[in-house]
This record gives sequence, C-alpha cells and structure tokens, in this order.
Amino acid sequence: MNPILESFKQAFYLILHLDRELLEIILLSLKVSGTALAIATLTGFPAGALLGLKNFFGRNAIITLLNTFMGLPPVVVGLFLYLLLSRSGPLGFLSLLYTPSAMIIAQSILAFPIVAAITHSSIVKVNPTVKLAAKTLGATPFQIALTMIRETRYGIMAGVCAALGRVMAEVGAILIVGGNIAGYTRVMTTTIALETDKGNFELAMALGIILLCISFIINIILFSIQKKGTKESSQWL
Amino acid sequence: MALSLIISNIKKSYKDKKVLDGCSFSFEQSGVYVLMGPNGSGKSTLLRICALLESPDDGEIIYYEDGKVVENNLNLRRRITLLLPNIGIFNTTVFKNVAYGLKIRGMNKGEIKERVEKALDFVGLLHKKKQNALSLSSGEAKRMGIARAIVLEPEFLFLDEPTASVDQENTEIIENIITQLKQRLNSIIIMATHDYQSAKRTGDILLFLEKGKLTRTSVCSESPFQLLQGML
Repeated sequence: MNPILESFKQAFYLILHLDRELLEIILLSLKVSGTALAIATLTGFPAGALLGLKNFFGRNAIITLLNTFMGLPPVVVGLFLYLLLSRSGPLGFLSLLYTPSAMIIAQSILAFPIVAAITHSSIVKVNPTVKLAAKTLGATPFQIALTMIRETRYGIMAGVCAALGRVMAEVGAILIVGGNIAGYTRVMTTTIALETDKGNFELAMALGIILLCISFIINIILFSIQKKGTKESSQWL
Repeated sequence: MALSLIISNIKKSYKDKKVLDGCSFSFEQSGVYVLMGPNGSGKSTLLRICALLESPDDGEIIYYEDGKVVENNLNLRRRITLLLPNIGIFNTTVFKNVAYGLKIRGMNKGEIKERVEKALDFVGLLHKKKQNALSLSSGEAKRMGIARAIVLEPEFLFLDEPTASVDQENTEIIENIITQLKQRLNSIIIMATHDYQSAKRTGDILLFLEKGKLTRTSVCSESPFQLLQGML
C-alpha cells in the first residue's frame, strides 16, 4: 500500500484507539506549549502594550530587537539555553536541563517576541483620534490605555494564536534542551523526528497528521478572530 | 453659578508656524459661540486649548465658578467636552460608544441605560443603538458624537466642525440638534466652523479668527454675516 495512505490509516487507528503512550505525548505537548504560551502572553502582552503606549529612551531599539527575535531560529535558542542550563553553565545548579521546565523556558523565549511585537504593532495602529476622543470624554491616563488595548483586542488575540502555532510546531529548541526522553520529555514534534530517523515513517506521518489537526483547530480559531475584527473594521468603509 | 472661561493672550506655534498670536476672550453667557475663520487659521487648535487637551505656549486658560478659579484637574476636564472633527469612534456598538463617558465616571448600569437611550433618542439614533458604530454614515457618526458628548451634560461643549463632510440632510439635523441643545443644556457651546451659513443658523455670538487673532464680530444677525462674507 502507498506509504502515505498507510500513514493516514495508522493515524486514524491511533486517534481512534488513543494508545496511552501517545496520549501522554500529546498531553505533554499541549502542557509544554500551553504553559509556554501563558508565560509569553503574561510577559509579552504588558511589554508590547508598554512599547505601544509609552515613549521612552531606547524604545525603538527594543522594537527592532523584538522584530528580529520574531524570527529566532529555535536551534539557536536551544543551544543558548543548553549552554546556560548545562552542568558547567551559569544556571547549571538549577538542574533544569532535560526536563519539561527547560522545554517550557525555550518555547517561552520563542513565543515572547511574537506576542510582544504583535501587541505593540496592533496598539500603534489604533487611530490616534480614538485616544484623543477618550481624553475628551474625561478618561484618566489608565482608562485611555485600557481603551487603546480594547480597540486592539483582535490583533492581540491573533498574535497569541500565532505564537501558539509557532510553539506547537517547534522542534529544534526542545530537542536540544529536553533530550527527547521517553515518557518524560518526549513530545509530538520530537517523536516525529525520532521515528523518521528510525525509518518508522508511518508512525511519524500519523503523528504529523495529529499535529496538523491540532494546528488546524488553532488556525480555525485564529481565522475566526481575524474575520470578526476585519468585519467590524470594514463596516465603516 | 455656572462655569465660565477666560482665555488670555493665548499664543501657540507649531515648529516655526505661528497659529495663535495673543487670543483673548471671556465666555460667560450661555449660548452658542461660533468661531469662524479660514482653513488653517487655528480654530481647532484654539478649541483643543480651551478644552484643556493641549497647552498654549503662552497665555492663560482659566475656568471660573462663583468668582473663584477652578483648578485644572480631572474633575474640571469632566465638566467640559469636545466633539472632534473625526469623532474617534470606538470599535463597539453605538450604545457602548455613548455610554463610555458615563461608564468611566463609575455610573451604575441602570442610570447609564436611561441616559444613553435619552441622548440617542435626542439625536435620532436610538434605533441604531445595537449597531457597530463604525458602520454608521459620516452624518450619523457626527450625531453619535454629539450624543456621546451631551450624555455627560457638559457645562462647556466644544464642537469642532460638526457639519463638515456631512450631507445636507444630516447638516440640517445636526443644526437642529444644536439649536435644541441651547435651550436644553443651558451651557456654553463653542462651535468652530468655516460654513458661515451654518454659523448664521445656529450661532448667537460670532468670533472671527484670522492671523492668530480673535475678534468678536457681532451677535449673529444678517448684517455682520454679510460683512463676514465680504471678508471671506
């Protein structure tokens, strides 16, 4: 049988039977990426909002850095983190290397610039009249900031979804700092890499299909958010 | 006693361009003051300065009440409001746009609903309260902007070009709203416009801004407008 068709068949078999080991891999993937996204959102959103709302020395340099870091190669992040967390590294005493925590840190570093940069760019794109209008209606500086953030809610939400897409599909960094230890740090993307190395293409492909399905769901959410925002914005054209 | 405003020797420049060059006036009587002048004469700048949104380079903006100076703070800013030429519509429903000023003042939901619906009814937009405000026509958007301002019952209402880029039908509606506001609010309404016909229909006191100087032409009547027409 065609290996691609065989992969689909196996993917459906795996999904239907949900083998315990596979379920653990999927759950760990979601846990690592979900936690990393939460950390990146909790830090990236205020950072992006601050950059969008306040003018301070060094702001432009930070924005340029963030935009550059949006395209950070995961293996570089993995290598950098490996050197920091390895036993001889400055943070070696934390014993985090080859743990899910190290994977979360790596993915947080990758997702942070995406959330922060998209939040910043969404806020600066808000019509300046909106800010002035809030002021004319008696808003305090804090209320004005909240209004600006509210106006950019669709852009920010799309940024968070984009960051989730990035971390879910990431393999380089978590392979280096996680080590792909079965039952401990093995996630979907690292399993795909491993099974491909072993020549076990059907299983690798099947996992790829499951990963694709998860990404597809994320993209449906992203699309519906963007569609809603676009619909509202285009109504006045 | 009501709030009054005295502006004294206001000067404002942008880069090397002098926009306002010693404007002085006292706004004490309630009614509609119409501020006229050619494009770029500084009407909007003067309104923004009077509405405490911008600081002058020189001169003083002093609000008085009972013969005492009112401190320039959030409380004072919440007693005055300015309708911007582009409104500044929030990406939400018409109702929430109008409710914004009341909500940030911490008013309860019941009172907000009552006051917003009353204001929307006044400008003829109650039937559109659930519609997204960005989908309104430019005339309707201006009317919503007026509702958003009058719902706050400001003691000073600044209107910056309320009938600019608006069709004839909506211009008439807006002028009618301003005329009714005079009786209803008993406030001081200061309106900038370069449309002297509109000024004639709605204004009580005419002010003319040219070359950075503010001059009171006369109480609006046929003759001063003819004079003004000649000046334009």
